[in-house]
Amino acid sequence: MSKRLDVKKTYKLYIGGAFPRSESGRYYSLTGKSGFTANICLASRKDFRNAVVAARKAQSGWAARSAYNRGQILYRIAEIMEGRRDQLIAELKLEGATDKQASKEVDAAIDRAVYFAGWSDKYQQVFGTVNPVASSHFNFSVPEPTGVVTILLPDSASLLGLLQFVLPAIVGGNTVVVLTAESRPLAPLTLGEILHSSDVPGGVINILSGYRSELISNFSTHMDVNAVMYGGNDEEAITLIQKNAAENVKHVVLRKDDDWFDEERNEHPYVIMELQEIKTTWHPVGI
Amino acid sequence: MKQSVSETPDFRKTIPIDQVGVEERVAKFNTRSIKKESKLYALKLALSMVDLTTLEGADSPGRVRQLCYKAMHPHDRIEDIPKVAAVCVYPSFVRLAKETLKGSGVNVASVATAFPSGWATMKSKIEEVRYCVEEGADEIDMVISRGEFLKGNYGYIFDEVAAVKEACGDAHLKVILETGELQTLDNVRKASDIAMYAGADFIKTSTGKISPAATQPVTLVMLEAIRDFYYKTGTRIGMKPAGGIRDAKLALRYLVMVRETLGSEWLTPDMFRFGASSLANDLLMQIVKQQTGVYQSSDYFSKD
Repeated sequence: MSKRLDVKKTYKLYIGGAFPRSESGRYYSLTGKSGFTANICLASRKDFRNAVVAARKAQSGWAARSAYNRGQILYRIAEIMEGRRDQLIAELKLEGATDKQASKEVDAAIDRAVYFAGWSDKYQQVFGTVNPVASSHFNFSVPEPTGVVTILLPDSASLLGLLQFVLPAIVGGNTVVVLTAESRPLAPLTLGEILHSSDVPGGVINILSGYRSELISNFSTHMDVNAVMYGGNDEEAITLIQKNAAENVKHVVLRKDDDWFDEERNEHPYVIMELQEIKTTWHPVGI
Repeated sequence: MKQSVSETPDFRKTIPIDQVGVEERVAKFNTRSIKKESKLYALKLALSMVDLTTLEGADSPGRVRQLCYKAMHPHDRIEDIPKVAAVCVYPSFVRLAKETLKGSGVNVASVATAFPSGWATMKSKIEEVRYCVEEGADEIDMVISRGEFLKGNYGYIFDEVAAVKEACGDAHLKVILETGELQTLDNVRKASDIAMYAGADFIKTSTGKISPAATQPVTLVMLEAIRDFYYKTGTRIGMKPAGGIRDAKLALRYLVMVRETLGSEWLTPDMFRFGASSLANDLLMQIVKQQTGVYQSSDYFSKD
């Protein structure tokens, strides 16, 4: 018997429920401790544009699903991650984590998905209000999703970091386009495969890998994007994003620390509310 | 032997079409790269070729009026953009559209002859055409009787188009073949030839009510029919793909196809049109993208 050939994985983008290579055909090589690790697609601005189109198309349908159903789907993400545990751990190790760090991160990631799944039909009750008014109206306020959200992950974020940005966004009915950290794209791109088999509709989460410096202005200028999230401390980048976002009054959400494990800091419903808008309705009553 | 008075060919013997060849040729057109200034030029050209269309049961005077304003004034902020070529409506709205568009240079096109199915008596079809012309339509979009065509009754189609052409008077006649119902590319070629020899000024792919509507292979076959007709008679016939052309990228591919099949004489609104409702907005969005470098959102463009 001859020796089997290696079957090497090409890490592809995840756009609109499909796994395309970059439209540009470009890629970059990821190197780890043991040298070459994998070739990673280098997303272009056109890939980003396609991802926004997919996210926009998916948004109304995703927001219209029942909150309970969105919770079920988030829980399913956790279930499938549990089944792919070993693969995720192996990839985190390729990205430079130790054995112990990697399994700690995967555990935390799965728990985080379960945590936010639970909030799907509850945050509306906590943050929605019935308002006393002086006329004969029934007046109430409810949170509604902002829309399409772009996410620029910090260098330190891999699986858990990505989920900490993405889960609160989608549990509230938003759709996202996320750019992975240049040095840690493996587990996030595999997450695309997990999402694909978790009943998450195509386009709700789109994952691109590439250079942040190339895509930062597109992520913050696109007129069809309603909010942009940025993780990191680069003041120059933050200023650029805020300036660009002003063009169509995008909501800007900044996260400067990168402590993804701390439960107190990460597991609360206020992160969901960062991407919600409050709608108030005046409903005539009486007479 | 007495010479035939007409040079009308025998339509049963129209040349056969090589479907694989057509598809390969279309794939080649789609590899052309148009960038920067050329792209901006092409986008504006495409906009000037749009027949802004509303053909819904729910059409209202307000909607038609709105469409006319959009035709004359496609966007507020972009400078130096053309008007669209025409507004395409049902016969009942021709007068309203004509009044609204008065003096703007935008034509009014009306569908007629029992659009979209074409099932009506010849008499009522001719009456409908006359009505549209009297109401002020500059262009008539007629449908052929696909039922008769598929029976092989080609003479009927020829007479039908010729009769409608006569009823049109000065109005331009566009003949809708409804290629989605013609089954084969050979039939498309045959129907194109019949329409052109019977007096069509334009041949048009589809009503937009049947899927598939305009496709690139079908359009290529029709463009080649136009080219052959031009070589034979010296008359330039126009082309209008309609239905299913929703984005600027696809529109530019059609322009490439026209340029490389018929030449730049056909790259004017007089000889080539897009029948579309949502294409105009995508063209506008792409024009703004070219000018500002920022991807646009449909939130900032009027729907009709």
